[in-house]
Amino acid sequence: MTTEPNSYRTGPDEKGLFGIYGGRFVAETLMPLILQLEQAYKAAKADRSFQDELDYLLEHYVGRPSPLYFAKRLTEHLGGAKVYFKRDELNHTGAHKINNVLGQILLARRMGKKRIIAETGAGQHGVATATACALFGLKCVVYMGEVDIERQKPNVFRMKLLGAEVVPAKSGSRTLKDALNEALRDWVANVEDTFYCIGTVAGPHPYPEMVRDFQCVIGNETRHQMMRQEGRLPDSLVAAIGGGSNAMGLFHPFLDDKDVEIYGVEAAGHGLKKKHAASITGGKPGVLHGNRTYLLMDEDGQITEGHSISAGLDYPGIGPEHAWLHDMKRVNYVSATDKEALAAFQLCCKLEGIIPALEPSHALAHVMKLAPQKPKDHLMVMNLCGRGDKDIFTVADILGVKL
Amino acid sequence: MTARMDDKFAALKKQGRAALVTFVTAGDPDAATSLKIVEGLPKAGADIIELGMPFTDPMADGPAIQEAGLRALRAGATMKTTLKLLKAFRAKDKTTPVVLMGYYNPIYVYGVEKFLKDAKAAGCDGLIVVDLPPEEDSELCIPAMEAGLNFIRLATPTTDDARAPAVFKHTSGFVYYVSVLGITGTKAPDLKSVAANVKRLKKHTSLPICVGFGVKTAEQARAIAQNADGVVVGSALVSAVEKSLDKKGKPTASTPKAVHKLVAKIAKGVRT
Ligand SMILES: Cc1ncc(COP(=O)(O)O)c(C=O)c1O
Repeated sequence: MTTEPNSYRTGPDEKGLFGIYGGRFVAETLMPLILQLEQAYKAAKADRSFQDELDYLLEHYVGRPSPLYFAKRLTEHLGGAKVYFKRDELNHTGAHKINNVLGQILLARRMGKKRIIAETGAGQHGVATATACALFGLKCVVYMGEVDIERQKPNVFRMKLLGAEVVPAKSGSRTLKDALNEALRDWVANVEDTFYCIGTVAGPHPYPEMVRDFQCVIGNETRHQMMRQEGRLPDSLVAAIGGGSNAMGLFHPFLDDKDVEIYGVEAAGHGLKKKHAASITGGKPGVLHGNRTYLLMDEDGQITEGHSISAGLDYPGIGPEHAWLHDMKRVNYVSATDKEALAAFQLCCKLEGIIPALEPSHALAHVMKLAPQKPKDHLMVMNLCGRGDKDIFTVADILGVKL
Repeated sequence: MTARMDDKFAALKKQGRAALVTFVTAGDPDAATSLKIVEGLPKAGADIIELGMPFTDPMADGPAIQEAGLRALRAGATMKTTLKLLKAFRAKDKTTPVVLMGYYNPIYVYGVEKFLKDAKAAGCDGLIVVDLPPEEDSELCIPAMEAGLNFIRLATPTTDDARAPAVFKHTSGFVYYVSVLGITGTKAPDLKSVAANVKRLKKHTSLPICVGFGVKTAEQARAIAQNADGVVVGSALVSAVEKSLDKKGKPTASTPKAVHKLVAKIAKGVRT
């Protein structure tokens, strides 16, 4: 249906589209602001001082570059490809989310906005936003589903310590999609002084592009580090997908390297025939939260609830650029179940002395399937996009341990 | 663009008064009760009916309309049942314009072409789709115009003079001015700013301008009707549905009456 483009890296077009995906499906109230944001982002990108300030913060505040670590014991255990971890869990605040947040908060300051709102699932994006707002003295309001507030208590407490107001989203399934609805409602009501800091590569244009650009630091570093350590590019990349920001950040700089195999791992929850959050594997194209993309829904176009053991992955959609990359067959979208992720989580703790978040545990579950099938000189990079401190309560609960 | 819509505004102009536009959610609280509610609206004083197409994630609506949508969905509402309701209404009422209001996804999934054909056949006069700004006109607005349906656009306090021409370019039937910065059913409109904005937007369009969001009382309706061509009431009506339900959330004999009584009250405000 589609011919191969000269480059997979030129999107979106001026309407904010990746093929048929993306766009700006928002209420009229928000449109003038979204157009303003697009202009402000263009200007910031062209301004050297903006990038300099961001680079400084990424190095000295976040702790970048994050290491590219050869997971020797895991590699031996799996008996195939050489597995490397991109250690974004070592970032300040414990995940890749801070890369994007700092970029957006610097932009919000340029635009003169004093109040920041965000949505959060696992709480990582909320914590990152609260952190950046504390750093710059901005008012911060984070919307979070009631169910997630219960599942991710440590992050809720962190956000409050950092001075953010955490507002429970009580409607619908009371998870991430509802937090997004509430954040959009707040934004409509407060467009004049409020900046909406979106946590993944989704939402109306220019968010998918902007968040991707900020997260590309992951893939750009990986290229240099792999060249330095192995003298060539990796053979495959693996990352977990909620909305898809850590994955896009790793993948994008490699999209035009045709020989690099790329795998995005969605959450298969209880299984693809049961409750899951695999929007590409188990969904179809639709329009929600400002963009057209793959969504979980019924035959009538009503959005259905996703499920994943990981609160950061149970979003019923995916970033529009991923939807396009799927249709173009450039990226392979696969999935891992709760059970597989949990097994991978435990293996990583025991073999590597790293407690991963449940989100990248999904990516690791796929590495466990894939690596043994590859030759020993195959270089595989997995994005270890977050650490598991926030998840120990969930895991303890499932393992029947009382903390 | 539909004769029914143009005739209605022409008739109102002759009477020298503003239109009362009433919003209820199709299928709320169930199909049978919803039909009774809709059928009684014109007699109670509604000039134009907005029929909400239920959606799980109505991001520009407040809790009242979201709850109404979820009630309808729980009772089995689908796009098909919404169009069936409209058809049943139209079988008895040939003159009251009906506008379908909602979000794009259920239409997109139904199929734009098929939706326009079925909606027109059911007796629909226009569409309001909240998450389709002029930037996305090629999705539904232009096909709707070609199919002979009005595409009614929302204008808001953030629609400034520079943007207004783009907003009105493909609008027909009437313009829906959103009286507040925010979602439905929460803030009360600031009547002074509404009057000023309606006046400002009139410079850009000869279409009737109807004002909604947050209108709950006959007094507000009266004040708005002095400057605008119509007043839209929604959340207050679906709240009346909610309040009339029994403990189990089932409709009672008084459910349609509760809505019609409130419509009659607000209609008085528009007519004086
Ligand atoms: C550690 C971690 N990984 C992944 C995700 C999913 O988001 P994305 O797919 O945008 O990277 C989250 C979301 O909260 C997260 O905390």
